[in-house]
Amino acid sequence: MKAAVIVFPGSNCDRDVAVALEASMGAKPHMVWHRDTELPAVDLVVVPGGFSYGDYLRCGAMAAHSPVMREVKARAAKGMRVLGICNGFQILTEAGLLPGVLMRNRDLKFICRDVHLRVENDRTDFCRLYRTGDVVRFPIAHAEGNYSVDPRTLRDMEDNGQIAFRYCGPDGGVDAAANPNGALGNIAGITNERHTVLGLMPHPERLADEGLGGSDGRLMFDSLVEALS
Amino acid sequence: MSTQITPETVAAHGITPDEYKLILDIMGREPNITELGIFSVMWSEHCSYKSSKKWLKTLPTEAPWVICGPGENAGVIDIGDGQAVIFKMESHNHPSFIEPYQGAATGVGGILRDVFTMGARPIANMNALRFGEPKHPKTRHLVAGVVAGIGGYGNCVGVPTVGGETNFHPSYNGNILVNAMTVGLADKDRIFYSAAAGVGNPVVYVGSKTGRDGIHGATMASAEFDEKSEEKRPTVQVGDPFTEKLLIEACLELMATDVIVAIQDMGAAGLTSSSFEMASKGGLGVDLDLDLVPMREQGMSAYEIMLSESQERMLMILKPGKEDVARAIFEKWELDFAIIGRLTDTGRMVLKRHGAVVADLPIDPLAQASPEYDRPWVTPEKRPVVDSASIADHDPIDALKTLIACPDLASKRWIWEQYDHMVLCDTAQRPGGDAAVVRVHGTKKAIAITTDVTPRYCLADPYEGGRQAVAEAYRNLSAVGALPLAVTDNLNFGNPQKPEIMGQIVEAIRGMGQACRELDFPVVSGNVSLYNETQGTAILPTPTIGGVGLLADVGTMATLAFKAAGHSIVLLGETKGWLGASLYLREVCGREDGAPPPVMLHRERRAGELVRRLIGDGQVAACHDVSDGGVLVAVAEMAIASDRLIGATLDAPHTVALTAWCFGEDQGRYVLEVGDDDLAMVLEAAAEHDVAARVIGRTGGPAIGVGGQAVAVEELKARNEGWLPAFMGGEIAQH
Repeated sequence: MKAAVIVFPGSNCDRDVAVALEASMGAKPHMVWHRDTELPAVDLVVVPGGFSYGDYLRCGAMAAHSPVMREVKARAAKGMRVLGICNGFQILTEAGLLPGVLMRNRDLKFICRDVHLRVENDRTDFCRLYRTGDVVRFPIAHAEGNYSVDPRTLRDMEDNGQIAFRYCGPDGGVDAAANPNGALGNIAGITNERHTVLGLMPHPERLADEGLGGSDGRLMFDSLVEALS
Repeated sequence: MSTQITPETVAAHGITPDEYKLILDIMGREPNITELGIFSVMWSEHCSYKSSKKWLKTLPTEAPWVICGPGENAGVIDIGDGQAVIFKMESHNHPSFIEPYQGAATGVGGILRDVFTMGARPIANMNALRFGEPKHPKTRHLVAGVVAGIGGYGNCVGVPTVGGETNFHPSYNGNILVNAMTVGLADKDRIFYSAAAGVGNPVVYVGSKTGRDGIHGATMASAEFDEKSEEKRPTVQVGDPFTEKLLIEACLELMATDVIVAIQDMGAAGLTSSSFEMASKGGLGVDLDLDLVPMREQGMSAYEIMLSESQERMLMILKPGKEDVARAIFEKWELDFAIIGRLTDTGRMVLKRHGAVVADLPIDPLAQASPEYDRPWVTPEKRPVVDSASIADHDPIDALKTLIACPDLASKRWIWEQYDHMVLCDTAQRPGGDAAVVRVHGTKKAIAITTDVTPRYCLADPYEGGRQAVAEAYRNLSAVGALPLAVTDNLNFGNPQKPEIMGQIVEAIRGMGQACRELDFPVVSGNVSLYNETQGTAILPTPTIGGVGLLADVGTMATLAFKAAGHSIVLLGETKGWLGASLYLREVCGREDGAPPPVMLHRERRAGELVRRLIGDGQVAACHDVSDGGVLVAVAEMAIASDRLIGATLDAPHTVALTAWCFGEDQGRYVLEVGDDDLAMVLEAAAEHDVAARVIGRTGGPAIGVGGQAVAVEELKARNEGWLPAFMGGEIAQH
């Protein structure tokens, strides 16, 4: 698998995800500056977390119109895999690669903590090494992760297996108590219709190393390597 | 500008009549308003340390591993393998009280710049916060604003905020403390300093544009508060963490080339102090054309440009002919870049605006004549030692339930969950432990960081309190297994013109110095914040210590959480049951009297060496230092931190009264969790190090028990974690 990580002004998880990718791929990903208009030949593009353009205007709104995103959209249309984490998820919704929006957290505060997620669909390239129903632990770190989408699209997404992860309790129960930010249906991550683009608020790269207290996130990168090599 | 210099103008600039006479001598004429403004900020307490300098000089600042001590933007220590750690702590107290979000945010921004200015990538932020009593009507507003500000800035720049401490006390009702610390990592042979060199070299301004914000911030930080202080809100700067993030990346990218001669951030007193200090350290002069300074607003005067404290700006001296290399990098990051002047050999600062010279000052005489006061001081009166036997016994379990939920001991999760404490993916020990631990990226080494001081001890006896602050930092680093290397200090006190306050400063520094010397724990950087008074009432003396230590192998790191049932609990250090100035006395008995517990530095050192050896050898399952609240609180915290809420049953000795044994704050102690296989070796090692060691109980069960009573760990945890969210949610009555 060959991968690239897009770097916007204000990205701050670009190195973190590059480290996690390298651990799974055995090679360094390309780091692509946002003003570049060409993407190297890669199987996967990661749009990392951070505060692209300072989150000014609206999270992800400016980055979605960066020169490199035109190319990301064009390649995504041809089936290239795209992974957006946290601010990357916000950018992908703003760019129209994923449905819905990410609003201010219910409690209006930034939240950084580990959360439990239930894997909702293991039949994607991102999650093939998990099993549907698995409970995994990833950290969140965001102020705008409150996912929302219109009811009709939501129904279509659910019918089509586009819900990738939901916030849950340690035992897998999906309920209000396990919802950290008010997201509709406890949704933490979604894919596009073809399951080639995944966006999620939690950070798999932050628990992909036992030295940091857990490695549930590692399987997502291993899944991609297995699927795309 | 033709503003007349009147005695009122001079006084409004915080300059005394004697200081003004000195200015007339140095200038040989009356200064104009721009020049007077420059004198006022350069000679402000904040920039000149005029009241504290004499005493700061007594602190130990050297050790074989110290690369750069106080006097630069931050301190630098060697961590081996060609790597260095650069760190400093700085206060932003007054602005944070006036405008908590921006005050705290720009405090974080400023300390970050002090560190990356020297060539380091910031790898961790810490903070030490003091607020007024919870029932004070402003406290919630201030806590909410300060925490959001620290998070808002640190989260956006992508530097993890990994820990700190937060206390509440009525003495901070009108004057909160926000002390922010940054730790950075650099290559030892690529450290950047601020001394200008090379006549003719370009003086380059980079970063944000200059506006009218923050004019006279340094002077504000050097005066007492009164009821009109909130009118000073316009002097609080506004932060832009996005620009700071770009500035970090641009500066580090430029530093990887070889074009910088010297670099300094524009912090307090902005362009004035940065240009002045760089020229002064290099023994040179500087000509600046202020028309070339990137400006955000129109019609700014020379006075405003020089005194603005707009954030996210840096000043650099470049090698000749390298301007284009630097310009390209800053343009890539979409930051302003302007050559605003040249170094000269005149020894003078000459400023032009609209083609005319608007200020012409001699640099060395101004810097050297910077006032230094030997202010009168009185030794604080010693408080009597409290006889533990005279204190009424309370049921220890009831007292534990009170203490574990009191504002100072209650979990600060509500605060640190608003900070991104994991970005950069090297946080090996998250907030809530004795010290935060961050890995040195790509190595097995790790840096441990702690911030400590016990202000109630410092009030009771500033000398002992100064010693204790250093000893506690040493202990917290040792408790995770790190070798303590050096400290940064942030000295927060009241008005130094009052002899009793000056006495607190002198005695606290004397105590700190002694502890730093005996523990080989030198001071490499620091900041002084005086005049922390509102309407004549001073804060508790608060000399915050930021300690940094090194773990050679992060795999050996200890944490405080109990790991398993059936292990022995070992108490290291001697317990006499010292209740004077204790949290028990304050929170349970409603008394704040008594002498604080004495610190025995030789014992502190031996216990620290022992603990580090045991942790390094993998002989302890958990380790926690004993501080506020004593042994019973320490054990309860270990239980609360454990994933499975493992309890413990303690067996108190009969030689000390039960209450005093449970809650006494005798110094130099640690609680260890030790498996049966290791117990004999641990006790033997303690004997070898001449450290008292005693098995005080065993882990297991769902409760903490002592003296025949018990309380479920789950209940303690709920109380411990419940207070702050309930308080911030308005569920706790304020009056």
